[in-house]
Amino acid sequence: MDNTNEQQANLEDIYEEAAHWHVNTGGETIHAKRIGGWFRSFKWYAGSLWLLYFIMPYFRWDGQQAILFDIPSRQFHFFAATIWPQDIWMLSLVLILLAMTLFGVTAVAGRVWCGYFCFQTVWTDWFTWLEDKIEGNPIQRRKLDAAPWNARKIRLKVFKHSLWMLIAILTGVTFAAYFTDVYALWVDYLTLDAPLVAWVVLASFIFGTYVFAGFMREQVCFWLCPYARIQSVMVDKDTIMPTYDKKRGEPRGKIKGKGASERGDCVDCHLCVGVCPTGVDIREGMHEGCITCGMCIDACDGVMEKVGRPKGLIRYASRKDMDGESLPPLFKRPRVLAYSTIFLLAVFGIAYGLTHIPPVELSIVHERQPLYLQMSDGSIQNKYTIKAVNKTPKNMHLHLRVTGLPSIKIRMNDGDEIVLHAGKLNRFHVYLRAMPSLLKKEDTKIRFVLESVDPADKIRLEKGTVFIGPRK
Amino acid sequence: MAKQDKQPQHAPDTGHEWDGIRELTNPPPRWWMIAFHAGWIWCVVYFILYPAIPLVHESTKGILGWTQIKEFKADVKANDAIRAPYLKKVAAMDGQQLLADEGMRNFAESSAKALFGDNCAACHGAGGEGAPGLFPVLADDDWLYGGDIDTIIESITDGRMGDMPAHGEMLSDEEINQLTDTVIAASQGKVTQEQLAQFDEIGCSGCHGENAAGGAINELGSGAANLTDGIWRFGGSREDIMRTIRDGVNQEDVPNTRVAIMPPFGEKLSPEEIKMLAVKVYQFGGGK
Repeated sequence: MDNTNEQQANLEDIYEEAAHWHVNTGGETIHAKRIGGWFRSFKWYAGSLWLLYFIMPYFRWDGQQAILFDIPSRQFHFFAATIWPQDIWMLSLVLILLAMTLFGVTAVAGRVWCGYFCFQTVWTDWFTWLEDKIEGNPIQRRKLDAAPWNARKIRLKVFKHSLWMLIAILTGVTFAAYFTDVYALWVDYLTLDAPLVAWVVLASFIFGTYVFAGFMREQVCFWLCPYARIQSVMVDKDTIMPTYDKKRGEPRGKIKGKGASERGDCVDCHLCVGVCPTGVDIREGMHEGCITCGMCIDACDGVMEKVGRPKGLIRYASRKDMDGESLPPLFKRPRVLAYSTIFLLAVFGIAYGLTHIPPVELSIVHERQPLYLQMSDGSIQNKYTIKAVNKTPKNMHLHLRVTGLPSIKIRMNDGDEIVLHAGKLNRFHVYLRAMPSLLKKEDTKIRFVLESVDPADKIRLEKGTVFIGPRK
Repeated sequence: MAKQDKQPQHAPDTGHEWDGIRELTNPPPRWWMIAFHAGWIWCVVYFILYPAIPLVHESTKGILGWTQIKEFKADVKANDAIRAPYLKKVAAMDGQQLLADEGMRNFAESSAKALFGDNCAACHGAGGEGAPGLFPVLADDDWLYGGDIDTIIESITDGRMGDMPAHGEMLSDEEINQLTDTVIAASQGKVTQEQLAQFDEIGCSGCHGENAAGGAINELGSGAANLTDGIWRFGGSREDIMRTIRDGVNQEDVPNTRVAIMPPFGEKLSPEEIKMLAVKVYQFGGGK
């Protein structure tokens, strides 16, 4: 009998623990209250950076779209710079740079990206703002959701979803506009004449925007987003994040009534939970769902002001701050140092890459079958295929010299002058001949030197290859 | 609205209970169920639309009628449509014009790659390197029938057949020996007047020319070799040369005769294909 009781007690313990597991699986829509404040304003300003996303495609540079990923001709235009596939190594540096920015900022101040800049939370913010304007505050929204369908409910819902859809469509068209001329794209879409791929892109972006920002919302952060998980593990005791000051706040309770004098500053108004876009109770400590948007800080500060207690019961603070320890300066924190070093290296790499994009991408392929041939005058001929991408907007007129073997004869299809057409891959053969008596080894290292016909152009390209003769 | 109680211990149970442990009926999450149902619906739709279930002799057809071979043929058709305007240009241009136009030259050379692999490479090698003593090198500048583009087109279209009489029964062993010396000397530029006189007397100069520099199509159309350069059609060793003199080329009744037959491709390939092949051959490096 005792045994059974003990088991029962253990079971109760387990259930007791389970009572604290609030796992948000999206069973209930979170209707967050919108309250003004410093962080609320900051989120608007930060989020408004995304307006650039909608505007950028319409900027022109040198007569063409300023930012254009031209996939058919494999060029990426970024204002004055044109990036070719050969320069794509810079992309990896850009990705490293972005990653380091994310890591560094997260190590210092938590999920700043999630809270203020992420497209998921920003678009959700816009969507819920519209919802708030159209359907009313959270209480009215819940009531509306529960109410039976009537003319008013239909009118409000249709209006809301139309606006959501409008944002979704704009988002989709804008995304597609980075890959083709935006003005032509609008015409194509409006005349229903766009290519299939444009429709697929549009459809998936409309679907993604509408579903992710309209319905899934914080569920995306909880269950879909890998960055959320990455960032969650990058914070440490030094990281400042919105934190509830437990020492000051607990035990929480009503201002008036029995035992009010022994209570902490938290008046247990639940407003911090009510304004949270991910439904987190910040007072339970750090939470995977917390995107550190600071809405709870705004809410709590407002309440504290009203009840005449000092602000900052919830504030940006680190674990060390809360424990009364002092934070080490930024330059003494190994994580920060490591991230900034890699960040700077990437910046230098990109700067070097952008300033040193070679005007011509040159490759020389030695014919392999046959490696060499004897000609009727006894000389040895090698055949080379040259592929040269002229990445400049001008045709280049070049002369070819070969160094490394004296009295070598050069033969090409179109005479002495080589023309590299602008923006094209130019392919041509070069035949070299040398008398076998001049060849000291089986393989002789030679260099192709291409120089501009007009010395004023100052173009000089050089590349090494090999001249192969009979085995010695 | 009352807050929904999501605590696991408050979920409804199946009514089964062992030692105080109840079997709860916590359903899988909604999204999971949606994905699950979407998954099997997708499968059913796919099975109906596409070939899917293997039966005894063949699989079900699927109502879309899709097959890999149909998709392949559609792609080939699309590719042909892209190539059509270029092929039209090829048809309108002659060999010289093709060679002179940079873009068309590259198109012809690239297009001919597969044609060359299918029709020519078996004998002449993928890079025109030939096979020593058996098949001629196309990449050097020694041409029996001429290395300009028009002649190359002619050689591919009509084929070529070498013809050199067998001298084994006409000449004595010593004479063959002496002629071999002459030919080797000619290739090294050391041939003497006496040797050339004998060369002429025996009749070799009728095809190979008085100075043994042959190298052009004679009236027999046999493409006599230039004996003064360092390139040997049938091998340059003493034995090889003696055998060529003794047994000739393409002689019907001589068992050990050299064989040099280039079949005509005029019926197998279209004139455009032959033109493009000729450009590729020319571009191997020996074109004249």
